[in-house]
Order: sequence, then C-alpha cells, then structure tokens
Amino acid sequence: MKNFDSEKHVRGESQFVDDLPVPEGTLYAHVFYSRVAHGRIVSIDLSAANAMHGVAAIFTAKDIPGENQIGGIVQDEPLLAEHHVHFIGQPIAVVVADTALNARSAAAQITVEIEKLPVITDPRDAFLNNELLVPPITFELGNTNAAWTQCDVVIEGIAETGGQEHLYLETQGAFAVPAEGDAVKVVSSTQSPTAVQRTIAQVLNIPMHKVEVDVLRLGGGFGGKEDQATPWAAMCALASSSLRRPVKMILHRQDDMRMTGKRHPYSSDFKIGLKKDGTVLAYEAAFYQNGGAAADLSPAVLQRTMFHCTNSYFIPNVKAVGYSCRTNLPPNTAFRGFGGPQGKFVIEAAIFKAAEVMKMDPFFIQKKNLLKNGDEFPYGQIAERCQAVPCWNLLEQKISIDDVKRRTADFNSANEWKKKGFALMPICFGISFTNTMMNQASALVHIYTDGSVGISTAAVEMGQGVNMKIHGIAQRIFSINAERIKLESTNTTRVANTSPTAASTGADLNGKAVQLACSVLLDRLKQFVSEQLQQPDSAKIVIRDEKLFNDGKETEWTWPRLILAANGARISLTAQHFYSTPNIHFDRETSKGQPFAYHVFGTALFQVTLDCLRGTYGIDAVNVVHDAGKSLQPVIDRSQAEGAIMQGIGWMTMEEIIYNNEGRLITDALSTYKVPDIHFTPAEMNVHFLDSSENPFAPFNSKAIGEPPFMYGIGVYFALMNAVKAFRPDVTFPVIAPMTPERALCLLYKEVGTLAPSLQ
Amino acid sequence: MNILECIINNASVKIPANHGIVLLDFLRQHEHLTGTKEGCREGDCGACTVLVGELQGDGVYYRSVNSCLMPLSDVHGKHIVTIEGINQPKELNPIQQAFVNDGGTQCGFCTPGFILSLTGYFVNNGKFEPADALQAVDGNICRCTGHTPIKKAIHHIVDSLKNNSAADGTFLSYCVEQKILPDYFLAIPARLRSINTAPLTDVHIEEEHTIVVSGGTDLYVQKAFTMHAEKIKNIASWRKSIPITEDENTIHIPGTTTVEEFRLSPVVAKYFPELKRQFECFGSTPIRHRATVAGNIVNASPIGDMTCLLMALNAVLTLRDAGSSRKIPLRQFYKGYKLIDKKYSELIESVSFSRPKSVTRLSYEKVSRRQFLDIASVNTTMVFEQTEKGMLQCGISAGGVAPVPLFLAKTSEYLNGKMVNGDTLKESLRIAQTEISPISDARGSAEYKRLLLRQLIAAHFMKYFPGAVRKGSLI
Repeated sequence: MKNFDSEKHVRGESQFVDDLPVPEGTLYAHVFYSRVAHGRIVSIDLSAANAMHGVAAIFTAKDIPGENQIGGIVQDEPLLAEHHVHFIGQPIAVVVADTALNARSAAAQITVEIEKLPVITDPRDAFLNNELLVPPITFELGNTNAAWTQCDVVIEGIAETGGQEHLYLETQGAFAVPAEGDAVKVVSSTQSPTAVQRTIAQVLNIPMHKVEVDVLRLGGGFGGKEDQATPWAAMCALASSSLRRPVKMILHRQDDMRMTGKRHPYSSDFKIGLKKDGTVLAYEAAFYQNGGAAADLSPAVLQRTMFHCTNSYFIPNVKAVGYSCRTNLPPNTAFRGFGGPQGKFVIEAAIFKAAEVMKMDPFFIQKKNLLKNGDEFPYGQIAERCQAVPCWNLLEQKISIDDVKRRTADFNSANEWKKKGFALMPICFGISFTNTMMNQASALVHIYTDGSVGISTAAVEMGQGVNMKIHGIAQRIFSINAERIKLESTNTTRVANTSPTAASTGADLNGKAVQLACSVLLDRLKQFVSEQLQQPDSAKIVIRDEKLFNDGKETEWTWPRLILAANGARISLTAQHFYSTPNIHFDRETSKGQPFAYHVFGTALFQVTLDCLRGTYGIDAVNVVHDAGKSLQPVIDRSQAEGAIMQGIGWMTMEEIIYNNEGRLITDALSTYKVPDIHFTPAEMNVHFLDSSENPFAPFNSKAIGEPPFMYGIGVYFALMNAVKAFRPDVTFPVIAPMTPERALCLLYKEVGTLAPSLQ
Repeated sequence: MNILECIINNASVKIPANHGIVLLDFLRQHEHLTGTKEGCREGDCGACTVLVGELQGDGVYYRSVNSCLMPLSDVHGKHIVTIEGINQPKELNPIQQAFVNDGGTQCGFCTPGFILSLTGYFVNNGKFEPADALQAVDGNICRCTGHTPIKKAIHHIVDSLKNNSAADGTFLSYCVEQKILPDYFLAIPARLRSINTAPLTDVHIEEEHTIVVSGGTDLYVQKAFTMHAEKIKNIASWRKSIPITEDENTIHIPGTTTVEEFRLSPVVAKYFPELKRQFECFGSTPIRHRATVAGNIVNASPIGDMTCLLMALNAVLTLRDAGSSRKIPLRQFYKGYKLIDKKYSELIESVSFSRPKSVTRLSYEKVSRRQFLDIASVNTTMVFEQTEKGMLQCGISAGGVAPVPLFLAKTSEYLNGKMVNGDTLKESLRIAQTEISPISDARGSAEYKRLLLRQLIAAHFMKYFPGAVRKGSLI
C-alpha cells in the first residue's frame, strides 16, 4: 500500500508551519519569559526594548482584550503573567518585530523587577505545604485493610520516575493572518485545533466562528502539543489582530525546552501483599505527581495513573490515592502514556521488591497474576477479550524464559566485569479518553466530479500515520485507486468541536466517522446506480477496483462515470458523519464505571549487558508479542510500536530532566538532554503482532497503537537492575528511574546509604 | 572577495559576501529550500544536514554538515546539496524508497537529514558496509521511529547496492546510474573548477575583537544569535587540505585539520589504529567534518576530546603571529577556565607530538550519557611506554574534572618507572583523586565524575595489565 505522506517526507516536500511561504509584511514574535520561579511582578520596563530596531509592538497582560486565561481543565493559567510568576519560562511579554532576530534582541532589553517568593520543586514538599492542583483522587477495590492479614509477605517501598522531554523534532510554532473584520486565521502546530480556536476566541473576546485554525501536519507531538501548542498560537493571534499584520512565531529549541512542560515526574509509595505462592492479594499506592505551576492536563494524567496502577494484573484488593502537586516548574503535560507509565512502574517496582524478598523470579509473580476475562479492574470495569495470557504464552513459545535465565547466569559467572540482565514487561492499556465526553469525532467527505475524494476529519497527522489509516479505510469502502483520495488539513471550519488527537484514539474515532460517512455516500451511489440499472436490490451493486458489478456481473459503469452521472442527477456527493464511542461511562465521585472501549495487551522481554567497570550498557534484545488487532497498516503500526518502545527505553535510561533548586532547567538543550540515537537501538528488536485478536470498537477490528507499546520500555529498567544485582548480589537498591550511566555506576560502587534519592 | 560564488543544487548562485548568517538561514529564508529543517540550531539533531561538495583531485568530495553551524562565508567554491537537489523528477531514489518501505519516516521532520547523510556516504565510498552506513547517520536523531525502522532501511539499501558497487574513482557516475543522484551532478566538477578559489595564504588578525572561526561547531552554538553581527575571520574556509605528516621524530598536524581528517589519517592509523573507531564518539560525522584540531584546542573546553588525547601525547603547539612563531607545550597552554596562553593575533599553525615507538601504548576512554554524539561526562587518555623496567614516559590526561583540560601530572609522575600491580594501581587512583576538582552539572554530579575517572583510569590499566585490576579494590 502506497504511503503518500512518507513519499512526501523523504523528498523533503512535506510542509510544516515554518515552511509555508509567508505573505508580504509578516512580522515575527518572540516570547520574553520569567527568569524567576516564583515571585511578585513589581514592574516591567519595556522602554529600551521598544526603542530597538525593527520592533513593531510589545504585548503584555494588559494588552489582552478578552480573558487572560489558557487553562483547559482548571482555569488557573494566564497567557501572559500579570501579577505573579510561578515558574521559570512563564511568558510575560511578546515582542513583535520585522525579523525573528530583531524580536529576540529586543526581548533581551526588557527588564522586570520581581520580588522573589519561596520555590517548591519537589512534589512531596508541595504536598506537605498543601499545594494541590485538584483534590486527591482515590480508587478502591475490595478491602486492603482486611487483606494484609491474609498475606504471607507484605512489602513497602518507594519508587520514583523522572520527567521526559517530548523532543518533537519540530518545535512549537504558529502563524496568524488577520482576516476580514476582526476575524483571524491561524496555522498552528497543535494536536488540539479546537482548543486553540476556543482559547483565541476567549483571549481576543470574539466568537469562535471568527477564528479559523488550520493544521496540516506536526513534526511530532507525543502529547506535547495537546495543550501546550495553544499559547503560541494565541500570542500570534493577539499580535496579528492588534497590528493587522501576519505574525509568525517558531520557538527556538532552548526556549521551547525551558517554557514547556514535560512528562510528570512521580514519587510514589507502595505496599504489596502476597501469598507464599506468589499470588498478589493486596496493593496500595500513593502517587505524588509533580504537576508544575498550573493544572494543565495534570488531573487527567493522574487519573490515568490510577486506571493503570495494577498494570496487567488482577489484584482483588487495591487502594490507590493520587495527589496532583503544585510546584514552581513549567506545568507538566500530556506525554505518550499519559500517566499510565508512571502507574505501571510502581506496581512493577513492588513486584520486583517482593520477588527480591521472596527469592523468586519477578517474572514468576508477573505471570501468576496476569489478568483474565471476567477479572475486575480497580475502577469496576470487567476485563473482556483479555489477551494478557495469550500474549505472554506466545512470547514464551517463541523464547524460552528458562533458557534466557540459564544463559544469563552462565554469562555472568564467566564474566567479572560485564553482567547481563533480563526482565519481562506485560502491559494492559485502556483505550478511550477517560473523560467520556471527548470520545467523539466527525468526518466530512467530498467526492469531486472527477471522481477524486477529499476527506476532512478531526484527526491531526503528527507522524502516527492517522491520515494513511483513514485513507485506507476510505479506499477499502469505495474500492477506488489510492491516488483518488486525499486527506485534507485539519481545519475548524470544516470539522468543528474536535477532540484533540490524543489518547491513541485518532484512528479509532475519526476512522469510524470516516467509515460511516463513506458508507453513506456509497449507499447513496449504489441506490442511484441500482435505479439506473433497474436493479431492485441496491446491495447487489458492488464497486470493485473502480468497476461496478451488478449481481456479480461487470457493468459498463466505472467510478468516474458513476460520479459524473450522480452529480448530473443532482445526488449529493458530500457526506458528513459523527461517531461517539458507545457504552462508556465513568463516575468521578465513586471512581467506578466503564471508561474504556477496550484494552490493548502485550508482553515484552528485555535483555541487556552492563559494563560494570564504566557503568555503561547496551540492549541486546527486545522481543515483544503485541496485540495490535487486525492492523490497518502493518508498516505504520510496526514503526509506531518500535518507536514507542524506544521512547520508553529512553525515559528509563538516558533521558533525564534536571531542574536545580531554584527551578531552573539544567538540561535545556539537545547537548545536555539526550535521547536514544541509532547506536542505542537494541541489537535485536522483534515485534510480533498477535493475530487472533478481535475488536469491534475500532475500524475493521484494528486497535489503537500510539501509546501502549511505550510502556514496554519499563522492562529495560528492571533488566538493568538485575544486571546490577549480578555484580552486587548482596545489596538491595532504591528503585529510582532513569537508570542513567551515572546512576548505574553509583549503584555498582557507592555505598547504598550514600545514594541520594536524586543524584543531582 | 566581495561576492561568494557557489552552486546550490543545480543553480549557480552569487551572494554578497557580507552575509554573516549561517547556511541554514540562507537556504530556508533566501532560497526557500524548506526541506532543510531547523531542529535545534546546535548540531545535535541533524535535521538541517546538507552536503557540501568540494573539489578534490579530479572529483568532488561530499561531506555531510550541519547547515545551522556553517557560516555562509564558507560556501564559496562549493556545491551545496539539499534534499531538493537529490530528488528525481518523478520516482523515489533507492534510499528514499527504502525509508518508505520500512517505515523509516513518521512525522517526516528529520527525514531529509537522514537521506542526505546517507547520500553523502554512498557518494564517497566505493564499498558499502552496513556498519559504516549506520555511522554516517550518527548525527541524525529521529524521535518517532526510535531508529529501528531506519536501521532496517539502511540494511536494505546497502544490501541492494553492495554487490554491484562502483569500481573506485567513479562513485559519482555510479550514484547517477543507481539514481541516488540526478544526472546534473556529473557536470558539477567542471562547474566548480570555473569558480576562482584562491587559497588564503597569510592571515593576519588585526583587531583584538575579531572572532577567529576554525570550523565554528561550538562557536555557532554558544553565540548563535550574535555571530552575524561579529567581526569574524574564517580561517578554515580557504584552507588547502594539508595532510598530517611524520618525520623521523615527530608527527605534524596542521591546525586546520578537521577531526574527521585526523580520525581517518593514515599516519594516525599507523601508530594508533584503534583511534579510528574510538573517535567515532567525537561529536558526529557532520560535526567532525567541520570541527578542527586547532578549534578544539582554542575552544578550551574542559572536556574537549581532541585536547584530552593530545595532552596525554604531550603535544606541542606552534603559534604563528604575523611572520614570527613560537612553540608551547599543550600541557602549559591552559591558564584557567577558558583562559589560554595565546595573544589574539596568534593562530595555531600546527600541533606536533613525538613519533610513537614500538613500545608506546595509548588508551582512550570516554563515558557520556549517550555513547555517540554526546559530550563526555569524563574522558581520559593514558600514553606510556611498556618496558621491562615498568612504565616509562607516562602521561595521563583527564577531561570534565577541572576547569581546564587537565594533565594529571602527579599521577603520571608517580607511575613513571613503576611496575604495574594492584598496589601501584591503587596508589595512582588515589593520587588522581587529589589532582581533580569536578563540579556538578548536566553531565553528572561531582561525586560521579570522581568515581568515573577512577573507573576509567582502571579501564586504561585493564587493557594492558588486566591482572592488576581487582573488583575488591574498587568496591
């Protein structure tokens, strides 16, 4: 199957925001942001900046005609700081000039006097100071208090995970052009065109119909452009509508890294109780989420942590409490997995620690407690079409874990300075926005008189291949040449009230809407032809490879003739359709319901080698059995899975976000924040798609792929931990991710008592 | 010279020479060649990779470079190739097709850079090996695919080209034949020859505030937004390629030698064959194509990889100043953080070190958060003569553990004349700890750097005296 997007990419012909030709007179905007993490703004002096060459205007909070507010879930975040600043990188002013460089130079002349206030960067400190973004969330199943006494072993501990920079290769950016009257057209690199539209309308105090947002494609998003693409678009719109000039803003990488939020770091307490045979009877966890200075999507992210706090296991007694803690860091935000990875890491840490105490292999406990059909999740949903065990078993059929165990032990006894480790990582990830109302999508399908097809949806293409998946769905329904179909940009005037392209649901929701819209058109066309051919049953008309068949017999009719004739007969060649996921609901008061349309399952095996002299390591092999449903586009799904796994590995290994005590980001450039490169890829990576999977909740039995495989990456952490233990078998270690070469070397050599929770 | 002349893809271009901007901005803003992307503006992502072709003998040698770090003033007499310049009119070339087939592109932002890096590899090599082709994209980062699909694509391209690859000397026509390059490339050598490129013979730095650019791969990172306004003297751009040479006693490295030229030098390989692989962890291929030996030394980064190596080799710098010259040992060149013993008007003409003997041993160690395209947390080099009387002429350098590239004088002195065993190793590790003063930063905490240096010195010994390194003495 031809991939039209890929073909443009490899020729460098794909257009991103910064690639569009700009109209004459375009101005460039640069953000001036706070250098203080918490304080009261005493004064802002713009005079020197205003006098700089090329400056057209400088905007501050007082220049906003509407509401100075960009908060999505909670209205707690100004577009531009007015009285207080709450994190380093918080925008204070927007400088607009004739060139981007002049805008930057002028911004350097702005002076702000800020009276400093105490800074909190640690979520547990925030919790102790009662700095919570929203009230705590509790999930409960069974009765843990009653269960502890039935357990043979009860273990408590702490597990920590770090932040993660999205590092979409295309930085945040937007471009606004004034339209007639007080309207504005904005091209934005956003996953949420409607959120951008709504926010701009609110900031400019104009109705939403006067704001057109257009998104062609994103150079990567990963959640980082779900909520946090909005401010830049709003700033461009503000400047553009005020100056009546086109205004563009493309963030420099370092500014992007400093101003935007990341994956939430978590510090968590766990308590796990097991029977002697490895059955987990009870589990408690308290999650302290580092939310940053404003709510952003933190409450929803925390909720998903709770949903996935038992990963792929059935545990009859669970109590989980989540605290979304307000700190003086940039508001942390959506990132592939959306809190799920943080929740899964803690249960895996608990199992790892339990296995250590019980002198069992962790994979024995993992396997013993895998979810089965009919098991209840802590949020009340019952596991259906559960593939946890089939995935695990198929992986074991492909690779004998006993063999791996034996070979690892042999290697380790033969090598003093190199140690191998392995770990398994099952996953279970719920698909649907956990905010039920967001599970809706629309599609608009035009057939033009030459037979070509244009499709608009709410989905934003950001590399995940949603356009080609939808393309394939339409092609499958119409049975026409692929070249006839084109996916249009995502535009709020064509498809309104869109949910963000997020939660792995892009192809599911929009694909279903397209499937319905195309089917309506097809039925209409068949009805028309059946009348022409005097066939009373329109179901007997079939289009196959552009040819029309009547009751199995080829006719003189082809797709182009059909379309032209239908247009001539005044048949509408346009259809719009809406889709909303059926049967899902969730009660936030009781934390019970059926929030997910379905779950995605899988199991991964990680094998690593650790250089115990240097603390460096490599990944020998990653073997995965993944439940991808019936893949719409196997090349895309495989690339998605492999990319997600690597991103998960990065989060667990070299990717480390470091803020100092003043709240300043230390790892604010690609020279200090490292992501996996081609040399760090596993020597061997085999992703096998489970083939016996059914799923009525996505087009043609497919399954969402975007996020779930990310969480396999957690396995690499425990594989490395096992390699460390092979070098120092007598020691138990704190469970703190990421396992950077620094952490690994310190675990290998330092006294455990001297291992600070954070090495920085 | 007031006008820069070059060829951009298939177009001959003349540019007023006072453009102080980098090539990336010129390509995107003036030529609207938007296939070249800006991802980081510090040479760390490769989205802006282009090929720079230079006449070399009868042909043109193409190097991948980060256009975000290349001053526009460097384009004179060169062929600049962007993704638009390698596209075939209708079909995909074999590299592009493999990326599509294997899912090697998702969002597409990094893709042109990968394709160009690989093109550079195929154009310059007659024999193709997967490991080398992978090395060619060491300066490119893809956040979507995690590189596994790209790795598959590269294997497929190499497999398909490997068995009928070009006989030597005809790479260009072979690549045109294979549709890796469009056929206008065949006329490029003649077109480049028609541009006047007189080499710069004598450079004088007359003003104290002149910024001397010799590669600029760090300068353009540190001063990304001000370089356009500075008075710069670009000394590497007009150089003639002078090879690294040796005489009876000495190895001579011209200051403008690029790190990649150093890495691939037959003279270096003759004495230290392992450096070719080890120096793959110096920056990336496109960075090494631009960064120079003198640039690395003058930059005075406490973690410079080249500096670390040359310091252990006890290299001597020849500084030239308007006709006069002087020599200074590299070990005495650094006076404090980013402070060097050099007048503004002096240039490093060459670097030399004693010709290694048959008993000379070298060990180079570097650990960074990521093995490739990363700056060291700690690096260290040990050079010594392995004799029956023990270690002689021992020199150990260490980077990342002091404000300057550090020569571990006391440790080296202690080891001189010593037979190596567990005790001497232990004592040398102890002494080394007294010579260093690391600080905590993004590359690691001070205590980590102390520990890491100890481990890496142990790693030096492990290579030549494996019996001396005991687990018990390190834990």
